[in-house]
Amino acid sequence: MMTTTATNRIDRLFADRSRKLFIPFITVGDPTPEATFHLVRAMVDAGADIIELGVPYSDPLADGPTIQRASQRALQHGVSIADALQLVSRLRESGVEAGIVLFSYFNPVLQYGIERFFADLAAHGADGVVIPDLPIEENGPAVAAAKQNGLHVISLVAPTSDTRIKTIGEQATGFLYCVSSLGVTGARAELREDLADFLQRVKASTTAPTAVGFGISTPEQVRAVASHTDGVIVGSAIVQEIEKHQDQLKDPAHMPEAVEKIKTFVQQLVSALQ
Amino acid sequence: MPSNIQTTTRVVPDENGRFGAFGGKYVPETLMNALHELETAFEEARRDPQFAAELNELLNKYAGRPTPLTYAERLTEALGGAQIYLKREDLNHTGAHKLNNALGQALLAKRMGKKAIIAETGAGQHGVASATVAAKLGLSCKVFMGEEDIRRQSLNVFRMKLLGAEVIPAVSGSRTLKDATNEAIRHWVSHVEETFYVIGSVVGPHPYPYMVREFQKIIGEETRQQILQQLGKLPDEVVACVGGGSNAIGMFYPFIQDESVALRGVEAAGKGIGTDKHAATLTLGRPGVIHGSLTYLLQDEHGQVQEAHSISAGLDYPGVGPEHAYLKDTGRVTYTSVTDAEALAAVELLCRTEGIIPALESAHAIAEVMKRAPQMSPEKIIVICLSGRGDKDVLTIQEALAERTEGGEA
Repeated sequence: MMTTTATNRIDRLFADRSRKLFIPFITVGDPTPEATFHLVRAMVDAGADIIELGVPYSDPLADGPTIQRASQRALQHGVSIADALQLVSRLRESGVEAGIVLFSYFNPVLQYGIERFFADLAAHGADGVVIPDLPIEENGPAVAAAKQNGLHVISLVAPTSDTRIKTIGEQATGFLYCVSSLGVTGARAELREDLADFLQRVKASTTAPTAVGFGISTPEQVRAVASHTDGVIVGSAIVQEIEKHQDQLKDPAHMPEAVEKIKTFVQQLVSALQ
Repeated sequence: MPSNIQTTTRVVPDENGRFGAFGGKYVPETLMNALHELETAFEEARRDPQFAAELNELLNKYAGRPTPLTYAERLTEALGGAQIYLKREDLNHTGAHKLNNALGQALLAKRMGKKAIIAETGAGQHGVASATVAAKLGLSCKVFMGEEDIRRQSLNVFRMKLLGAEVIPAVSGSRTLKDATNEAIRHWVSHVEETFYVIGSVVGPHPYPYMVREFQKIIGEETRQQILQQLGKLPDEVVACVGGGSNAIGMFYPFIQDESVALRGVEAAGKGIGTDKHAATLTLGRPGVIHGSLTYLLQDEHGQVQEAHSISAGLDYPGVGPEHAYLKDTGRVTYTSVTDAEALAAVELLCRTEGIIPALESAHAIAEVMKRAPQMSPEKIIVICLSGRGDKDVLTIQEALAERTEGGEA
């Protein structure tokens, strides 16, 4: 068995806790699989440390309208777990050394086969997975298969987790995904007032690094949460930018220019971190 | 995975909310504490005689329970075989069995100090039931309903609004019950601290499938008692339609231990199980996760949920309650399916023989009995759960009959 700490990029990246990591999310195949490849490379160039790649799903019940629409766009291309894995391979072959975690609802993983999924994740060069509808009560088989392959199942912890924070924190590996607000994914104007308290409680419960996501969309918000966490996750705000430029991203002649715009957007978020 | 046959005498669900391999809690972390609180509150309420008394008072003096068990003499004659009895859930206040559960959950919401309830609805029956109990108990109510169903069930939409509920259209996916449920869950995640989610069927994460069964099992308990009083014996068969499956579970559960009683669940075959327009989840689905529960699911090879189809909005659902998945695998319940056309013929037959317009959902159970009763001897007894009345469906029925006359699908 591989030992996780020696090989997993997530562990290497979080080893120095004085540096805050930036973790962008985009959906694989939004607006096309080809565009996703170039967008990931651009985000890495912009300073992203770990890339969260969303596997599109027909019923994304933890996601708000922005990522729902991204899923729909990607599903028009029939994008599946297999396509996401191929993208990871292609990114690795092109020299991308950032951490890569897949974000998938549980049913596609279950249908793919839990053990096969984690073996293939490792074989294609991914570092872990976030499964938003798989709470700790249900994640035993996934965690075991991940461990076998030197990968992390990233657990989520929410402001409503309350007494569960301790249990989740104790079991967390890779990093602990702190849900910054109640509700589904999506950009929000204001963050919760008690966010700092919540993040303090999470930090006290775990030795794993923490990353904050859900609703963080501006450099100001990134700056505001950075001091309470080891990493910041931004999804919907970037997906909104992709949506805005989807026509150019689908057109090979205009793709580079659109990719450059999204790179600039990500750079602004990254620079707010340091 | 879920192939291991369990004995039907096992207590289900277990402490993890599992019916055999099925059920569980596959939901975002944000909801886990709320589910735990709900579980605790429900267990406390269940053991509290005052809660039971309050619920019984509402069921008897507001909902109109017990509902009768009617001998369908002319239907029996027309089919020329087994004697057919109808459990008259259509006579419940608001016209369907849905009120049994809505009353129970809303009373629990009140007990937990929640001021707002939300609900999803397909045909609109659960939405109407939720709006009704919200008015009765002084709670605010939001009902999530697929845009397509809003079109199909405009009368029920108006009823809900008249009762003071807000109807929120679900515009994602197929714009039917599954999408309304997604939207309700998303709203619940955002407002979990003050909102109680009244799920309308035996679906969703634990403890819902269990709790809804407990609130619906009154159907089967009354039926069992009534048939013993009327005939001095148990029926040979009990038949109910299955979408999510709450009327069926409510009807079947008190008969599970009566091994002489055959239990039949009837799914919607839509345009036919050879087509891609059906809702025959147990017949054609594979185990998967939908709305927080591991159960049979209509899905493609990648695990994307497929759209269901049925003429009946209440059966138009690609999942099914996890207890049904378990009862299918144990073999205790037999699941079959009937088409839109067969259900329509059943509506006509019941109208003309018994003077009852059944809901399109319930018509699926009648259609199954139209096939079975003639093959059975006159000593045999069949009970059908007539889960709802068809007033809400008359426009759909009118359209479908017109289409049939024009030479569509006879």
